[in-house]
Amino acid sequence: MIFLDWILGLLGGWLALGLAGLFALRNTDFVARVLFPAGSAIGLALAAFALLALFDVPETAILAVGLPDLPFHLRLDGLSAFFLLVIGAASAGISIFAAGYFRHGEGTPPGLLCLEYHVFLASMAMVVLADDAYAFMVMWETMALSSYFLVTANHRVPAIRQAGFLYLLIAHVGAIAILLCFGVLQANTGDYTFANMRAQSLSPLWASVAFLLATVGFGAKAGIVPLHVWLPEAHPAAPSPVSALMSGVMLKTAIYGVLRVSFDLLSVQIWWWGVLLLGIGLITALFGVAFSAVQTDMKRLLAYSSIENIGLLFVGIGLGLLFKAYGMTALAALALTAALYHVISHAFFKSLLFLATGSVLHATGERSLGKLGGLIRRMPWVATLALVGVLASSGLPPFSGFVAEWLLLQSFLFTTGLPNSFLNMLIPVVAAAIALVAALAGYVMVKFYGVIFLGQPREPNLAHAHPASPLERTGLVWLGAGCVLLGVFPVQVIGAIDPVTQVLLGDGIATAVRTNGWMLLAPISVERASYSPLVFLLVVVGAVWLTATLVHRFYHGRVRRAPPWDCGFPAQTSRMQDTAEGFGQPIREIFAPVFRMRREVPSPFDAKPTYKVSIEDHFWHWLYLPLGRLTEGIARLVGRLQQGRIAIYLLYSFITLIVLLLVAKW
Amino acid sequence: MVTLSGIVAQILAIVVALALAPLLTGWVNQWRAWLQNRSAPSLLQPYRMLHKLFNKESVLAESASPLFRIAPYIVFACMALVCGIAPTLSTDLPLATAADAIALVGLFALARVFISLAAMDIGTSFGSLGARREMLIGFLAEPALLMVLFSASLITQSTSLANIVQTIAHQPFAIYPSLAVAGVAFTFVALAENARIPVDNPATHLELTMIHEALILEYSGRHLALIEWAASLKLLAYSCIGLALFLPWGIASADTPLAMLIALPVLIAKLAVGGIVLALIETINAKMRLFRVPEFLATAFLLAVIALLVHVLLGA
Repeated sequence: MIFLDWILGLLGGWLALGLAGLFALRNTDFVARVLFPAGSAIGLALAAFALLALFDVPETAILAVGLPDLPFHLRLDGLSAFFLLVIGAASAGISIFAAGYFRHGEGTPPGLLCLEYHVFLASMAMVVLADDAYAFMVMWETMALSSYFLVTANHRVPAIRQAGFLYLLIAHVGAIAILLCFGVLQANTGDYTFANMRAQSLSPLWASVAFLLATVGFGAKAGIVPLHVWLPEAHPAAPSPVSALMSGVMLKTAIYGVLRVSFDLLSVQIWWWGVLLLGIGLITALFGVAFSAVQTDMKRLLAYSSIENIGLLFVGIGLGLLFKAYGMTALAALALTAALYHVISHAFFKSLLFLATGSVLHATGERSLGKLGGLIRRMPWVATLALVGVLASSGLPPFSGFVAEWLLLQSFLFTTGLPNSFLNMLIPVVAAAIALVAALAGYVMVKFYGVIFLGQPREPNLAHAHPASPLERTGLVWLGAGCVLLGVFPVQVIGAIDPVTQVLLGDGIATAVRTNGWMLLAPISVERASYSPLVFLLVVVGAVWLTATLVHRFYHGRVRRAPPWDCGFPAQTSRMQDTAEGFGQPIREIFAPVFRMRREVPSPFDAKPTYKVSIEDHFWHWLYLPLGRLTEGIARLVGRLQQGRIAIYLLYSFITLIVLLLVAKW
Repeated sequence: MVTLSGIVAQILAIVVALALAPLLTGWVNQWRAWLQNRSAPSLLQPYRMLHKLFNKESVLAESASPLFRIAPYIVFACMALVCGIAPTLSTDLPLATAADAIALVGLFALARVFISLAAMDIGTSFGSLGARREMLIGFLAEPALLMVLFSASLITQSTSLANIVQTIAHQPFAIYPSLAVAGVAFTFVALAENARIPVDNPATHLELTMIHEALILEYSGRHLALIEWAASLKLLAYSCIGLALFLPWGIASADTPLAMLIALPVLIAKLAVGGIVLALIETINAKMRLFRVPEFLATAFLLAVIALLVHVLLGA
């Protein structure tokens, strides 16, 4: 009972910090210098306790809050502890960054932001601790509401209010699905505790209904296609630390929900669930990466990249489900380990990248990729750490993203043992698509980094960009270090993931991995596949050092600075560099059918030629606008009932009464 | 197990690769010149070139950041490590356990990302143009290469390059239909990745059509030397991986000095033939338009996926 109590105490601490913010509504200094750093320390402590609890037996508690006879049941098992670890570790970096970031208040007074921020954090932690549907839904909604207020922090901008509304709308569509899912899971017993749901054995039909509802509900929060439309609007609208929290951490609570329902609460798994998640994940990943390649707003680019990563997570979970359904738990453990590895790795690198855009935004006031450039010379810290995030995000060795990708591809390679030959045929195609997504992610990240940090400043005012404050740097360093350490010590990280797969599958890969020592990652056996990122890193760094030393020793180290080669055209300006649009152009051409593209090309005779290209989402026009029109139409029909005269309303009551009497009689 | 002989073989493999790589480039250049009825440069010309470049001072653009200066070293280190894990002479390589086939693809990608970022660093039009094109080729070539390696690893049940080669080399002679298809895909990818005709022209200096040359336009002196050397290493690594996967006979599996002694001439002979074939391909083909390159690489990608499917269907 120790860890859960401590963790609840820490969450209480977050709430207390939030309330303290209320008493210092406009005292930016106090909020930034005291409250946010304290929140960061609590995050760190939470991560530490979660790490300890991970290897401990599950703990339960009953909190007598809420309605009478309906207390909150809480449970801390391996799965919750792992996600608490992610929440704590990522928020520690984000909070300390936020301490340096919220300087002027973004429309909302800083004290209020502090309250919303810490309620958001605490509710995310409570979501993964909840052990009954009631506590889960209350916390889930608290999370949605607090993040809505955070997204609309700068509520004077109409576009931000709109983005927030869209977010709230889809969050509630998802919440309804989740609520219905719990309704199915309790199987008419009236007992909404998760313990009761685990005990039920549903028929395949109802189990599938529950699974589908969970997929829709949690998918809406995670941003799977076609429920993704809120994500590229809401994430960029929020202040950067909030974007980082939402992308890096909040999306993971949805992943938690999918895992909890499909592996833990449902007692059996059916193979086509796995295929469904695999398909959804693949479409989402391809869609996300194609759209992120053509974005010209740096935060939207990252939001679409989050969609891509959520897709990859769903692919991993789907593969795990597939293996589990066929009773191949060892392989299911491998696939789920890959997914969970990606959960923690994405939490770190995506938070890092969002925070880096925050620093850039603060320093320059620009979000558009077309107006940035050359910031590596003005902001070397942010640029260096963003490079770490970019490399991790591209899935390059020896950083964190690569390990997850490696494990996922390994689990694909062993799929051919499935008893279903049709699936055996399908799986290599999926693996190929995953490889394509990973390679495209590299393209996107080179665009992101190159256009913001490299090249010449595209606008004159970038020359005044100021470097990030020390607190901001601290947050970035923490997250960057996470990206490196998660990449270099996979055996230890898998040791921490093992309790989760033990909870979900009763199997894990850590024992197999540990037999090969602490340096070598070999999930099945060394003969089959192995990877040692530490050796990899040391060899590359050593080779760089050795080459540099030898070259300087045997030749020389002379360098002369000169203007860059202008190809005989001396009138070059920084506006002639390749732009973000230019970098996205090949992708626009190759994946043209995916986009809804409008282009205005100038004619040769225009006095002031302009070129315009706008890229929209098909789903918006295929699904959301028709739905919106339908809703409006129905509302208008219903509106006809509202005549505004008392006689008519009395008539309605009278007719209703007659009809009811007839029904009763009949 | 890391053995002393393994370490010796490892160091030997890297040193031989470093020493041989410019020779292969020179050999290909010589044959290309002969096939095109030109008088050929000396076989040792690449070495002279490297020596000359190392001796020259490096001229850096005024705005170059540290990233620009370190990128050539990283690219060179990546390619050296690739040569360390690709089974050239022996399959008993300690480094091969540290990085398998997927990590090999990752290494190529790492080098590509760094050279592309460095090209964007100066902020000239050509640098970023080259970076965009390089990444365009990369994002199609990388999954294709991965799928080729997957076909091989499905046959051998291993993603370790050394194990793949050892298993294929030491089986009774058999033709795998999947490997045959994968071989074609690999050839396509190798041509694209090494900036060869029909995708890119290593001899061009016409800015609008070039890819690799546009990337490194701003480099000079020792930095350029390292990049050129790395390009030679990449060509050698691709040739060795191709030969090891599709014609693996003759590679030493035990580290007896005798086996290594036999392996080296066999490798050189295979590389010499491979170089002539490459020169021939470059002579009889024309460079294609840039917009056709995605189609070319998509074909490679599809072929590689078909190779995988063929393996699943036929079990071979």
